[in-house]
Amino acid sequence: MAQTETASPPPSPAPVSAGVGATAREAGRVVLATLVRRRELSILLVTIAAAIYFSVSSGSSFNTTNNYHIIMQYFAPWAIIAAGEVMLLICGEIDLSAGFVFTFTPFVMMSFYNDGATVPEALIGALAVAAGVGLVNGLIRTLFNLSSFITTLGMGFFLEGMAYIQSGGEPATPPLAGGLQKVLGGWRWSELVWALAIVALMQLALSATRYGVYAQASGGNPVSAAESGIKVNRVKIVTFTLTSLLAGFTGLLDQIRVGSFDPSSGGNTTMFMAVASAVIGGTALLGGSGTVVGALFGALLLGIINDGFNLEGVNAYAFDVVIGIAVVVAMLFNVYLTSLRNKVLR
Amino acid sequence: MSATDEGAALGSGVPGGEEVIRAEHVSKRFGPVTALRDVNLHVNRGEILGLIGDNGAGKSTLIKILTGLHRPDRGRLLYDGTEVQLRSVAHARSLGIETVYQDLALIDELPVYLNLHLNRELVHRPLPFLRRGEMKRRSREALDSVGIEIPSVTAPVGRLSGGQRQAIAVARSVHADARLLLLDEPLAAMGAREGGQILRLLDRLKERGDLAIILIAHNYGQVVDVCDRVNLLQHGEITFDRRSADTSVAELLELVHAEYRVGPR
Repeated sequence: MAQTETASPPPSPAPVSAGVGATAREAGRVVLATLVRRRELSILLVTIAAAIYFSVSSGSSFNTTNNYHIIMQYFAPWAIIAAGEVMLLICGEIDLSAGFVFTFTPFVMMSFYNDGATVPEALIGALAVAAGVGLVNGLIRTLFNLSSFITTLGMGFFLEGMAYIQSGGEPATPPLAGGLQKVLGGWRWSELVWALAIVALMQLALSATRYGVYAQASGGNPVSAAESGIKVNRVKIVTFTLTSLLAGFTGLLDQIRVGSFDPSSGGNTTMFMAVASAVIGGTALLGGSGTVVGALFGALLLGIINDGFNLEGVNAYAFDVVIGIAVVVAMLFNVYLTSLRNKVLR
Repeated sequence: MSATDEGAALGSGVPGGEEVIRAEHVSKRFGPVTALRDVNLHVNRGEILGLIGDNGAGKSTLIKILTGLHRPDRGRLLYDGTEVQLRSVAHARSLGIETVYQDLALIDELPVYLNLHLNRELVHRPLPFLRRGEMKRRSREALDSVGIEIPSVTAPVGRLSGGQRQAIAVARSVHADARLLLLDEPLAAMGAREGGQILRLLDRLKERGDLAIILIAHNYGQVVDVCDRVNLLQHGEITFDRRSADTSVAELLELVHAEYRVGPR
């Protein structure tokens, strides 16, 4: 803990002949420091590298508007849900039910609609239910001090069952038309616009508002945060609610885009991809730090790899192998970067 | 035990100005346990009061009453000469009563300037975005004004030494316009060198003259060195109240030890 006392100035390479080497080393140090400080940058570089690799190796098929659209379909839902998961992870929590909120919410909308609500009413009702699921997650987590892992695991199973009960196991056709349908996923790029807007807003909330500071404090050291007067439980409940609302909204958006509400959509795969995006993007699982933009890049990277493998005819199972490796490597990288921080940022 | 009567006879006011807080006949029970029996205590502006006592003597209960976490069963608190009922920690804080807890209540992941402003962040109007630049500037000022040397206000607190962290926790309370500062064993987990830095910090705060400080400590040598006055809490009562200049480490040790030999009353 007392390292600071022995803090020495950066090692100065004494010999004159080493001048060029020193400059290069200094430049390397600056680059390293920037990468360490801005974790989003390193994952962005990897993402760009992956895009270049597939552009070259898959010939002309990668750089087409249609292919970009396919990549968007992969990563936009992951990025939106990851925006919520990042905030929860920063709070030291996780939502394993988000994927089933994605599945369940469209059928809530259908049941409101079938009960005579107008489409806008049914949409708002469904989003309110989605937010309510998060509220319940947060209340169980904080009132009973049950771990979020258990709480949301149970909620996930519950919602999966509810989605099948509500749908009778059958897909349904979204009752949307016209402008509303276009805005909510119908227009070719609307999901991308939503993803970018939501990520921008959530990053702003994280890095420029008191809520962001409280989330970091609540996850970093809940006891200290409470002693400082921060209402830790309230911060967590709000974040659970927000995450669930985003997951429900993504479910509506994505399934309106597809043109079918499907009880077998979403689920654990969607949730895991969102969490993987967050982790690959540089968010710590133990709370206290993370970035929403990083998770967007993480989702984009996973989308590009998924798409690239399809283009190259790589076995789909190989994708899971890559994700598995990527998540572990990203975590190791995070640990390494954290220890590097203490050395470089002096 | 004779020290009890002697001590209680000592009136108010060692150095400094007027009285900031006074507790009169404060008692507190938790079910069958009497934590505080009949506590009388006061601190003046510009004065450091050392509060000592064995584990279980009631120190933490007394601190919790003074910070608004607990309410006394009987007795009253006078703040600036007027009776107050401290409704909550937030209420006590709004009056200028600040506590530095043993765990410091710092967030390692956040930079120094956000820790100094924790839960008091400066934001723009009408859009409530953080005023990071202004918070950095004020943090630098606040640290300079009490002579704390920190390499950078943007460094995460987790990267600082124990002494620096303690200093930041103290600076945060002072920065919040504290008038009464309660320090709960700030020197407990600290080496001699870092402890010395904190004691010098307390000295500088005293010289400013606008703060009343209650220091809870186990190291009687440090108490006698830095405090103007020493109160000994035994079984929920202040049994000894004397200027540091008029007592010694040996006497304090003897008092606590004697009490231990006599056993509970």
